Amino acid sequence: MSVQTISRRPVGDSLTMIGRCLRLSSRNFDALLPVLLLPVMLMALFVYVFGGAIDTGAKYVNYVVPGIILLCAGFCSATTAVSVCADMVGGIMDRFQSLPITSSAVLTGHVVASMARNLFSAALVVGTALLMGFRPTAGPLQWLAAIGVLLLFVLAMSWLAVVLGLLAKSVEAASGFTFMVLFLPYVSSAFVPTATMPPWLRAVAENQPMTPVIETVRGLLTGTPIGDSAWHAVIWFGSIAILSFTLAAWLFQRRTRR
Amino acid sequence: MIVEARGLEKSFGSTRVLKGVDLAIEQGTVMALLGPNGAGKTTTVRILSTLLRPDAGQASVAGHDIVGAPDQVRGVISLTGQNVALDDWQTGDENMVMMGRLLHLSRPEARRRATQLLEQFDLLDVAKRPVKTYSGGMRRRLDLAIGLIGRPRVLFLDEPTTGLDPASRQAMWAAIRELVASGATVLLTTQYLEEADALADRITVIDGGRVIAEGTAEALKSTLAGERAELIFADEDGFRQASRTLGGEATRTDQRRLMISVATDGSAIQVKRLLDRLADQRIDVAKIALHQPSLDDVFLALTGERVAPTALEVAR
Repeated sequence: MSVQTISRRPVGDSLTMIGRCLRLSSRNFDALLPVLLLPVMLMALFVYVFGGAIDTGAKYVNYVVPGIILLCAGFCSATTAVSVCADMVGGIMDRFQSLPITSSAVLTGHVVASMARNLFSAALVVGTALLMGFRPTAGPLQWLAAIGVLLLFVLAMSWLAVVLGLLAKSVEAASGFTFMVLFLPYVSSAFVPTATMPPWLRAVAENQPMTPVIETVRGLLTGTPIGDSAWHAVIWFGSIAILSFTLAAWLFQRRTRR
Repeated sequence: MIVEARGLEKSFGSTRVLKGVDLAIEQGTVMALLGPNGAGKTTTVRILSTLLRPDAGQASVAGHDIVGAPDQVRGVISLTGQNVALDDWQTGDENMVMMGRLLHLSRPEARRRATQLLEQFDLLDVAKRPVKTYSGGMRRRLDLAIGLIGRPRVLFLDEPTTGLDPASRQAMWAAIRELVASGATVLLTTQYLEEADALADRITVIDGGRVIAEGTAEALKSTLAGERAELIFADEDGFRQASRTLGGEATRTDQRRLMISVATDGSAIQVKRLLDRLADQRIDVAKIALHQPSLDDVFLALTGERVAPTALEVAR
């Protein structure tokens, strides 16, 4: 075999892995279902079932969109954690490691596919919301800023999911780990204003990372006050992204240590 | 020697899995690493294919040191592990091309090789179907075929036929024989004595992390176990009487099958004398069978234990 095949090509390998993960997530029905159905179902549930009884001082559909996007992202990252874990415990990592490639490219593939799933599901949420009467006031700049904040959020969540997938010893455990991620948006300003909560819970809700993202996106899309939320969101999820990435790299090395 | 290992040692925690394994494989031959579960077969293969670093000892593949030049080693080998390394949701064809791309074949070249190998392994009909729909035998064949896409010089096959039905096992054997005919060097691990016998030029027997014997199947059989005659008696009386008559000559007795086995050189005259002696005592021999020594006998002679009898049954 020629020397050429021995030199590494991290970019090409990552592209191959991204193609792999995108193909896998577009074929696997179980993984696709939350991406396609959840946005529609959650929107309908919150707007038509709960929405009528919740007073946020504005049209509820306008209030709830950012929260639903975050909730769907939680489900999407559960899928990411499970597929990372499945790769680690299955035979395919052995084969990847026996190739002259940078085997961490497999993680890049998962993260990019995870972000693609997340953004697709966020777009579905917005689409469904528009049909239900969502009337954003955002101009192009605000839309771009909102997409930017969401991109940072899903990047951080995807790397966090990779960390959970690497920590889990089995696919079932990986799926269980994501419980917290699914639960967090409920204790935030996603579905009801925090002012209605008892003081101790309100303190938790206002100081957990989901709330600033929700407030920022809501402010950008519907013109509610943003305040410091944007900075808090960027600091929270910038740190989560960096920490998760570092931790994922370390865990991956440990799991594939020779 | 295209694969050479000296004194390989490996521990996991306080468990010493390898306690000094030596191995030498000549180019273009098949070496079977034979041993029971937990003998250290998989660990040896994982070390030689650069997935694990040995605690002590050295090894090289095609002249490249496995610790010092792992990428060079990876460029000339392929590993087909115990767990099938396929993506269920990709088609056979996509799995194949993906692996080709990871080996940095150009896209057209990867496609060409994929089609060629899918045809060779009789998988062209199902190439466009997701692997999820494949049978166990088809998965194994695809897994093996994928291992060939980069034209590796050395193939590591870790228990390539474990869990296959007899027909798929035969197909796998045929595929491996073809590989070797095309010039590849193969190291395969197996707990099936029959498989080592059928496929390998040389056999390394490993048990408890140590090599306990090495040689051709023929050499192992002739030095460690001889030919034997199996006598099966019509009734229990005959069996008991014969046991007394033959005494220490019996190498093995099996009361359930009413069977006594006796060492023999296989000559007609010796067998006739044996039968005459029993006839003199009016003992009815219902059946007689001459047996070439099997690797099972070899293993029995080496370790005093029968190796994986259930696995052996499956193999038959």
